[in-house]
Amino acid sequence: MSAAGARIGVITFPGSLDDGDARRAVRRAGASDVALWHGDADLHGVDAVIVPGGFSYGDYLRCGAIAKFAPVMTEVVRAAGQGMPVLGVCNGFQVLCEAGLLPGVLTRNSGLHYVCRDQWLRVDNNTSTWTTRYEPGAELLIPIKHGEGRYVAEDPVLDRLEGDGRVLFRYVDGNPNGSRRDIAGITDERGRVAGLMPHPEHAVDPLTGPTDDGLGMFLSALDTLVAA
Amino acid sequence: MARVVVDVMPKQEILDPQGQAVANALPRQGFEGISEVRQGKRFELEVDDDVDDDTLARIAENFLANPVIEDWAVRRVGS
Repeated sequence: MSAAGARIGVITFPGSLDDGDARRAVRRAGASDVALWHGDADLHGVDAVIVPGGFSYGDYLRCGAIAKFAPVMTEVVRAAGQGMPVLGVCNGFQVLCEAGLLPGVLTRNSGLHYVCRDQWLRVDNNTSTWTTRYEPGAELLIPIKHGEGRYVAEDPVLDRLEGDGRVLFRYVDGNPNGSRRDIAGITDERGRVAGLMPHPEHAVDPLTGPTDDGLGMFLSALDTLVAA
Repeated sequence: MARVVVDVMPKQEILDPQGQAVANALPRQGFEGISEVRQGKRFELEVDDDVDDDTLARIAENFLANPVIEDWAVRRVGS
Protein backbone atom coordinates (compact mmCIF):
# COMPACT_ATOMS: atom_id res chain seq x y z
CA MET A 1 0.00 0.00 0.00
CA SER A 2 1.22 3.53 -0.75
CA ALA A 3 0.98 6.20 1.93
CA ALA A 4 -1.80 8.01 0.07
CA GLY A 5 -3.57 4.69 -0.34
CA ALA A 6 -3.85 4.35 3.43
CA ARG A 7 -7.31 5.49 4.53
CA ILE A 8 -7.60 6.72 8.11
CA GLY A 9 -11.08 7.43 9.43
CA VAL A 10 -11.92 10.18 11.92
CA ILE A 11 -15.21 9.92 13.82
CA THR A 12 -17.49 12.89 14.36
CA PHE A 13 -19.87 12.70 17.34
CA PRO A 14 -22.29 15.42 18.37
CA GLY A 15 -19.92 17.69 20.29
CA SER A 16 -16.65 16.58 18.68
CA LEU A 17 -14.27 19.51 18.29
CA ASP A 18 -10.97 18.21 16.97
CA ASP A 19 -12.16 16.02 14.11
CA GLY A 20 -11.11 18.69 11.61
CA ASP A 21 -7.60 18.97 13.00
CA ALA A 22 -7.28 15.18 13.21
CA ARG A 23 -8.20 14.85 9.54
CA ARG A 24 -5.73 17.58 8.67
CA ALA A 25 -3.01 15.74 10.60
CA VAL A 26 -3.81 12.57 8.67
CA ARG A 27 -3.41 14.44 5.39
CA ARG A 28 -0.22 16.13 6.56
CA ALA A 29 1.23 12.69 7.34
CA GLY A 30 0.49 11.75 3.74
CA ALA A 31 -2.49 9.44 4.22
CA SER A 32 -6.06 9.89 3.01
CA ASP A 33 -8.64 11.03 5.59
CA VAL A 34 -12.16 9.65 5.74
CA ALA A 35 -15.00 11.25 7.70
CA LEU A 36 -16.91 8.76 9.84
CA TRP A 37 -20.30 9.60 11.35
CA HIS A 38 -21.35 8.50 14.84
CA GLY A 39 -24.75 7.26 13.74
CA ASP A 40 -23.39 5.23 10.85
CA ALA A 41 -22.61 1.60 11.72
CA ASP A 42 -20.03 1.46 8.94
CA LEU A 43 -16.29 2.15 8.89
CA HIS A 44 -16.31 2.54 5.08
CA GLY A 45 -13.33 0.27 4.64
CA VAL A 46 -10.81 2.44 6.51
CA ASP A 47 -7.46 1.01 7.61
CA ALA A 48 -7.32 2.82 10.96
CA VAL A 49 -9.61 4.97 13.10
CA ILE A 50 -9.07 8.10 15.16
CA VAL A 51 -11.55 9.02 17.90
CA PRO A 52 -10.99 12.76 18.29
CA GLY A 53 -11.25 15.22 21.14
CA GLY A 54 -14.18 17.36 22.13
CA PHE A 55 -17.25 16.94 24.29
CA SER A 56 -19.19 14.09 22.73
CA TYR A 57 -22.83 14.21 23.83
CA GLY A 58 -21.98 17.17 26.04
CA ASP A 59 -20.00 14.94 28.43
CA TYR A 60 -23.39 13.97 29.86
CA LEU A 61 -23.37 11.15 32.45
CA ARG A 62 -19.58 10.74 32.23
CA CYS A 63 -17.09 11.77 29.55
CA GLY A 64 -17.39 9.22 26.74
CA ALA A 65 -20.13 7.21 28.46
CA ILE A 66 -22.81 7.91 25.86
CA ALA A 67 -20.48 7.84 22.86
CA LYS A 68 -19.51 4.25 23.56
CA PHE A 69 -23.05 3.22 22.54
CA ALA A 70 -22.95 5.07 19.19
CA PRO A 71 -23.48 2.73 16.22
CA VAL A 72 -20.04 3.54 14.80
CA MET A 73 -18.36 2.49 18.09
CA THR A 74 -19.77 -1.03 17.82
CA GLU A 75 -17.87 -1.29 14.55
CA VAL A 76 -14.73 0.26 16.05
CA VAL A 77 -14.73 -2.25 18.90
CA ARG A 78 -15.19 -5.09 16.43
CA ALA A 79 -12.42 -3.83 14.11
CA ALA A 80 -10.05 -3.24 17.05
CA GLY A 81 -10.60 -6.84 18.06
CA GLN A 82 -9.35 -7.83 14.62
CA GLY A 83 -6.25 -5.68 15.03
CA MET A 84 -7.18 -2.41 13.36
CA PRO A 85 -5.12 0.50 14.72
CA VAL A 86 -7.25 2.88 16.78
CA LEU A 87 -6.16 6.16 18.36
CA GLY A 88 -8.21 8.06 20.94
CA VAL A 89 -7.21 11.62 21.77
CA CYS A 90 -8.56 13.43 24.86
CA ASN A 91 -12.32 12.80 24.70
CA GLY A 92 -11.44 9.95 22.33
CA PHE A 93 -9.24 8.43 25.05
CA GLN A 94 -12.19 8.74 27.45
CA VAL A 95 -14.44 7.02 24.90
CA LEU A 96 -11.98 4.12 24.40
CA CYS A 97 -11.75 3.61 28.18
CA GLU A 98 -15.53 3.66 28.57
CA ALA A 99 -15.86 1.25 25.65
CA GLY A 100 -13.48 -1.18 27.33
CA LEU A 101 -10.80 -1.04 24.63
CA LEU A 102 -8.36 0.45 27.15
CA PRO A 103 -8.30 -0.07 30.93
CA GLY A 104 -8.98 2.60 33.53
CA VAL A 105 -10.90 5.84 33.36
CA LEU A 106 -10.25 9.58 33.10
CA THR A 107 -11.58 11.61 36.02
CA ARG A 108 -11.84 15.25 37.06
CA ASN A 109 -8.47 17.00 37.24
CA SER A 110 -7.20 16.94 40.81
CA GLY A 111 -6.87 20.74 40.78
CA LEU A 112 -10.44 21.02 39.41
CA HIS A 113 -9.29 23.56 36.83
CA TYR A 114 -9.56 23.07 33.14
CA VAL A 115 -5.94 23.03 31.96
CA CYS A 116 -4.95 24.44 28.57
CA ARG A 117 -1.23 24.67 27.90
CA ASP A 118 1.70 23.22 25.99
CA GLN A 119 2.88 20.18 27.93
CA TRP A 120 6.12 18.24 27.92
CA LEU A 121 5.77 14.47 27.59
CA ARG A 122 8.30 11.68 27.68
CA VAL A 123 8.02 8.72 25.32
CA ASP A 124 8.07 5.51 27.36
CA ASN A 125 7.17 3.02 24.64
CA ASN A 126 8.13 3.23 20.99
CA THR A 127 6.95 -0.23 19.98
CA SER A 128 3.22 0.47 19.69
CA THR A 129 1.68 1.07 16.28
CA TRP A 130 1.33 4.76 17.12
CA THR A 131 4.79 5.48 18.56
CA THR A 132 7.43 3.74 16.41
CA ARG A 133 8.72 7.02 14.99
CA TYR A 134 9.89 8.22 18.41
CA GLU A 135 13.08 7.45 20.29
CA PRO A 136 12.46 5.99 23.74
CA GLY A 137 12.94 8.72 26.30
CA ALA A 138 12.38 11.47 23.74
CA GLU A 139 10.61 14.54 25.11
CA LEU A 140 7.76 16.08 23.14
CA LEU A 141 5.96 19.39 23.51
CA ILE A 142 2.26 18.91 22.76
CA PRO A 143 -0.85 20.90 23.75
CA ILE A 144 -3.24 19.66 26.41
CA LYS A 145 -6.72 21.05 27.03
CA HIS A 146 -9.00 19.13 29.35
CA GLY A 147 -10.90 19.27 32.62
CA GLU A 148 -11.14 15.52 33.12
CA GLY A 149 -7.78 13.98 32.28
CA ARG A 150 -6.64 12.39 35.53
CA TYR A 151 -5.93 8.79 34.60
CA VAL A 152 -7.14 6.38 37.29
CA ALA A 153 -6.93 2.60 37.50
CA GLU A 154 -6.45 0.12 40.32
CA ASP A 155 -2.86 -0.46 41.40
CA PRO A 156 -2.65 -4.00 39.94
CA VAL A 157 -3.79 -2.59 36.58
CA LEU A 158 -1.20 0.21 36.76
CA ASP A 159 1.49 -2.34 37.71
CA ARG A 160 0.56 -4.49 34.75
CA LEU A 161 0.55 -1.52 32.35
CA GLU A 162 4.02 -0.53 33.51
CA GLY A 163 5.32 -4.10 33.65
CA ASP A 164 4.15 -4.79 30.10
CA GLY A 165 5.53 -1.50 28.77
CA ARG A 166 2.09 -0.25 27.85
CA VAL A 167 2.56 3.29 29.15
CA LEU A 168 3.20 5.26 25.95
CA PHE A 169 3.72 8.75 27.38
CA ARG A 170 4.20 10.33 30.80
CA TYR A 171 3.92 13.96 31.80
CA VAL A 172 7.25 15.57 32.63
CA ASP A 173 7.95 19.01 34.03
CA GLY A 174 4.71 18.93 36.04
CA ASN A 175 1.70 16.64 36.16
CA PRO A 176 -1.18 18.82 34.96
CA ASN A 177 -4.12 16.78 36.25
CA GLY A 178 -3.01 14.41 39.01
CA SER A 179 -2.85 11.35 36.73
CA ARG A 180 -1.72 8.22 38.52
CA ARG A 181 2.01 7.66 37.94
CA ASP A 182 2.11 10.69 35.60
CA ILE A 183 0.44 8.65 32.86
CA ALA A 184 -0.51 10.66 29.76
CA GLY A 185 -1.17 7.81 27.33
CA ILE A 186 -1.41 4.02 27.19
CA THR A 187 -1.89 1.20 24.70
CA ASP A 188 -3.66 -2.16 24.66
CA GLU A 189 -2.05 -5.60 24.89
CA ARG A 190 -1.22 -5.69 21.20
CA GLY A 191 -0.01 -2.10 20.92
CA ARG A 192 -2.63 -1.32 18.27
CA VAL A 193 -5.16 0.69 20.28
CA ALA A 194 -3.74 3.82 21.89
CA GLY A 195 -5.21 6.64 23.96
CA LEU A 196 -3.71 9.86 25.28
CA MET A 197 -4.97 13.12 26.76
CA PRO A 198 -2.53 15.45 24.92
CA HIS A 199 -3.38 16.48 21.37
CA PRO A 200 -0.83 15.33 18.78
CA GLU A 201 -3.14 16.59 16.02
CA HIS A 202 -2.60 20.14 17.31
CA ALA A 203 1.18 19.73 17.01
CA VAL A 204 1.77 18.80 13.40
CA ASP A 205 2.73 22.21 12.00
CA PRO A 206 4.99 24.82 13.66
CA LEU A 207 2.82 27.54 12.11
CA THR A 208 -0.22 26.60 14.19
CA GLY A 209 1.17 24.52 17.07
CA PRO A 210 4.08 24.72 19.49
CA THR A 211 6.00 22.05 17.54
CA ASP A 212 5.41 19.33 15.00
CA ASP A 213 6.18 16.70 17.64
CA GLY A 214 2.74 15.13 17.28
CA LEU A 215 3.15 14.26 13.63
CA GLY A 216 5.19 11.17 14.56
CA MET A 217 2.09 9.41 15.89
CA PHE A 218 0.35 9.63 12.53
CA LEU A 219 3.51 8.74 10.62
CA SER A 220 4.06 5.75 12.93
CA ALA A 221 0.64 4.30 12.16
CA LEU A 222 1.09 5.05 8.48
CA ASP A 223 4.38 3.09 8.47
CA THR A 224 2.49 0.05 9.78
CA LEU A 225 -0.30 0.42 7.22
CA VAL A 226 2.11 0.87 4.32
CA ALA A 227 4.16 -2.14 5.39
CA ALA A 228 1.05 -4.34 5.71
CA MET B 1 -45.03 1.86 37.47
CA ALA B 2 -42.54 2.23 40.24
CA ARG B 3 -39.95 4.82 41.00
CA VAL B 4 -36.43 3.50 41.22
CA VAL B 5 -33.56 5.51 42.65
CA VAL B 6 -29.99 4.74 41.66
CA ASP B 7 -27.29 6.36 43.76
CA VAL B 8 -23.82 6.51 42.23
CA MET B 9 -20.90 7.50 44.45
CA PRO B 10 -17.16 7.72 43.90
CA LYS B 11 -15.44 4.80 45.58
CA GLN B 12 -13.96 5.62 48.95
CA GLU B 13 -10.38 5.17 47.72
CA ILE B 14 -10.94 7.41 44.69
CA LEU B 15 -9.92 11.05 45.05
CA ASP B 16 -13.04 13.23 44.91
CA PRO B 17 -11.76 16.76 44.26
CA GLN B 18 -15.29 18.14 43.82
CA GLY B 19 -16.32 16.86 47.24
CA GLN B 20 -13.12 18.25 48.73
CA ALA B 21 -13.83 21.67 47.19
CA VAL B 22 -17.29 21.67 48.76
CA ALA B 23 -15.85 20.58 52.12
CA ASN B 24 -13.23 23.31 51.99
CA ALA B 25 -15.85 25.96 51.24
CA LEU B 26 -18.03 25.14 54.25
CA PRO B 27 -15.83 26.70 56.96
CA ARG B 28 -15.55 29.86 54.89
CA GLN B 29 -19.32 30.21 55.22
CA GLY B 30 -19.21 29.63 58.96
CA PHE B 31 -20.29 25.97 58.94
CA GLU B 32 -18.07 23.98 61.30
CA GLY B 33 -17.82 20.34 62.19
CA ILE B 34 -18.11 18.81 58.72
CA SER B 35 -14.97 16.79 58.13
CA GLU B 36 -15.66 15.26 54.72
CA VAL B 37 -17.92 15.65 51.69
CA ARG B 38 -18.27 13.11 48.89
CA GLN B 39 -20.14 14.17 45.78
CA GLY B 40 -22.10 11.65 43.72
CA LYS B 41 -25.13 11.37 41.46
CA ARG B 42 -28.73 10.36 41.98
CA PHE B 43 -30.86 9.00 39.14
CA GLU B 44 -34.65 8.62 39.35
CA LEU B 45 -36.20 6.14 36.94
CA GLU B 46 -39.89 5.51 36.28
CA VAL B 47 -39.97 1.79 35.72
CA ASP B 48 -42.63 -0.64 34.52
CA ASP B 49 -43.56 -3.31 37.03
CA ASP B 50 -42.17 -6.13 34.88
CA VAL B 51 -38.60 -4.75 34.92
CA ASP B 52 -36.72 -7.02 37.31
CA ASP B 53 -33.92 -6.27 39.74
CA ASP B 54 -31.35 -7.98 37.56
CA THR B 55 -32.14 -5.62 34.68
CA LEU B 56 -31.87 -2.60 36.96
CA ALA B 57 -28.54 -3.88 38.24
CA ARG B 58 -27.22 -4.20 34.71
CA ILE B 59 -28.32 -0.65 33.86
CA ALA B 60 -26.51 0.64 36.93
CA GLU B 61 -23.35 -1.44 36.50
CA ASN B 62 -22.90 -1.00 32.75
CA PHE B 63 -24.18 2.50 32.14
CA LEU B 64 -25.11 4.75 35.05
CA ALA B 65 -21.91 3.96 36.96
CA ASN B 66 -18.37 3.24 35.88
CA PRO B 67 -17.39 0.44 38.31
CA VAL B 68 -13.71 1.31 38.00
CA ILE B 69 -14.30 4.43 40.06
CA GLU B 70 -17.89 4.35 41.29
CA ASP B 71 -20.16 2.26 43.53
CA TRP B 72 -23.89 2.13 42.91
CA ALA B 73 -27.01 1.20 44.82
CA VAL B 74 -30.49 0.59 43.41
CA ARG B 75 -33.66 0.90 45.46
CA ARG B 76 -37.38 0.94 44.68
CA VAL B 77 -39.14 3.77 46.44
CA GLY B 78 -42.77 3.20 45.36
CA SER B 79 -44.77 5.52 43.14
